[in-house]
Amino acid sequence: MDKPKIALYWCASCGGCEEAVVDLAEKILDVVNLVDIVFWPVAMDYKIEDVEKLPDGSITASFINGGIRLSEHEHVVKLLRRKSKLVIAYGACSAWGGVPGLANLYSREEIMRYVYHEAPTVENPEKIRPELKTKVEEKITLELPEFLPRLLPLDLVVDVDYYIPGCPPTPDVTWKAIETLLSGNLPPKGSVLGALDKSLCYECPLNDTKPEKVLIKEVKRPHEVIADPSKCLLTQGLVCLGPVTRGGCGALCIKAAMPCTGCFGPLDEVIDYGGKAISYFASIVDYTSEEEIEKALGKILDPMGVFYRYSLPASRLRGKIMLVER
Amino acid sequence: MSQDFEPRIVVFACNWCSYAALDLAGTSRMKYPPNFLVIRVMCSGRVDPQFILEAFRRGADGVLVAGCHPGDCHYIEGNIKALRRMTLLKKVLKEFGIEEERFRLEWISASEADKFVRVANEMLEEIKRLGPLRIEEAYQHG
Repeated sequence: MDKPKIALYWCASCGGCEEAVVDLAEKILDVVNLVDIVFWPVAMDYKIEDVEKLPDGSITASFINGGIRLSEHEHVVKLLRRKSKLVIAYGACSAWGGVPGLANLYSREEIMRYVYHEAPTVENPEKIRPELKTKVEEKITLELPEFLPRLLPLDLVVDVDYYIPGCPPTPDVTWKAIETLLSGNLPPKGSVLGALDKSLCYECPLNDTKPEKVLIKEVKRPHEVIADPSKCLLTQGLVCLGPVTRGGCGALCIKAAMPCTGCFGPLDEVIDYGGKAISYFASIVDYTSEEEIEKALGKILDPMGVFYRYSLPASRLRGKIMLVER
Repeated sequence: MSQDFEPRIVVFACNWCSYAALDLAGTSRMKYPPNFLVIRVMCSGRVDPQFILEAFRRGADGVLVAGCHPGDCHYIEGNIKALRRMTLLKKVLKEFGIEEERFRLEWISASEADKFVRVANEMLEEIKRLGPLRIEEAYQHG
C-alpha cells in the first residue's frame, strides 16, 4: 500500500538507459517488490494523463534519461518535477547531454536540412519537413512537438536532485544507486549516486603498469594498434580519458583493451569536462616545439568528439556559438 | 560594427615574466588600452583551459595567456605545458565558433613591456573588428 512510487521517462536518448534498467536482470524483481512503478512509457501502459492526475509530490523518485531536445520532453520533465520528491538524471545524456548533445555544434536549420534533404539515405523530392501542425482533413489537425533550438541537459530545465552516470549506467551502478535511495540515508543534493568520487585510474586494473610520469610521443587511434591489454593504454599512445573521468564503472572498456571515452563524466571539482580533459591530455604530449606538438595532436582528428563526447551541452559554452533563431 | 564597442579582454599573466612586463609598461609610462583585465597567475602552466572557457562564458570578448619564453620558466617547463594545452584548446575553440583572433598565447619576458603593448593593441584592433562575442544572445534559453 505504502510502497514508494517511481517513474521512469526517456527524452533524447538511444534507449540504452532503458535497456540498462532491464539489465538489472533478476534484481528487477526485487525492485518491483519494493516500489510501485507509476509511469514508464517504454515498458508499461500509463499515459501522461495518469501522471497529471497524481497529487503533487506523490512520486518518490523520477528517473529521467536523455537530454531535452523536444518541447514534449520539456513539458513531461516539468510535470514529473512537480509530481516528484526526487528527480534523478539517469545516464550521461540526462546529466550532461551525451552523444546526442554533439548536435549542439549545428543549428536547428542545418540539422533539419541534413536529416530531411541531404543525408545520402534520404529520398525526399517534395522536400517535406515535419511541421508543428499539419491539417490532414477539414477538421483534423495533427500536432508534433517542437524541435528546440538546442539540446540541454536535464538540470538546465528542471531542478535535479541526483545524478547516475554512465552511457549507460552499469547494472552495478544502478543497483547501488537504488540501494542508496531506498536506504533513506540520502546524500547531499547534487551528488552522483552509485559511482566513485575518484577517477577511473583509481580502480583500473592497469594502474600498476602506469609509470610515475606518463609521456607519449605518438597519439594512436584505437583501430591503428592492437593494444596490449596488460599495459596502461595511455603509455601505448591511446587517448584514454580515465584520469579525468569518474570511476565506478569497473573499468569495463579497459578490460576489453579499449580506452576510456569518459561516459562517467567529470569529478566533483570540474566545471567543464572537455576543458579538463584537454588540459590533462595535451600536457603529456612529449614535445616542446609548437610544430611537433601540433603534429602529434593533429592525430586527434575530431577533438570535440573525443573530449566532449558526452558533455558538450553541459560545457561552459554549451555548443557552437551562433545566434538562436526563434 | 558600432564604433563604441569596447571589448573586454582577459589576460592571464604569469607572475615571473609577463606580469612584471605589464608593471614595467606602467612604470615606464607606456600607454596601453584599458580594455585588458589582468589576472596574475603563478605560471602560464597554471592556466587550465577551463579558465579560458569560463572567461568567454562570462563575457570576455578575447583572452590572452602570457608566459615566460620557452626555457625561461621559473618552474622549468610550465610554459611548455601551457603551449601544449593551448595548442589543443585552439582547435576546440574553433569548433565552438570562437574566431582564432580572440585567443592568443604569447611569450612576454619581464623586460618586454613594449611587446605587451604591441600585442594588446593588435588584439584590441582585431577584436573590435570582429565585434562582441554574442554568447548571451545565443544562450538565452539556458
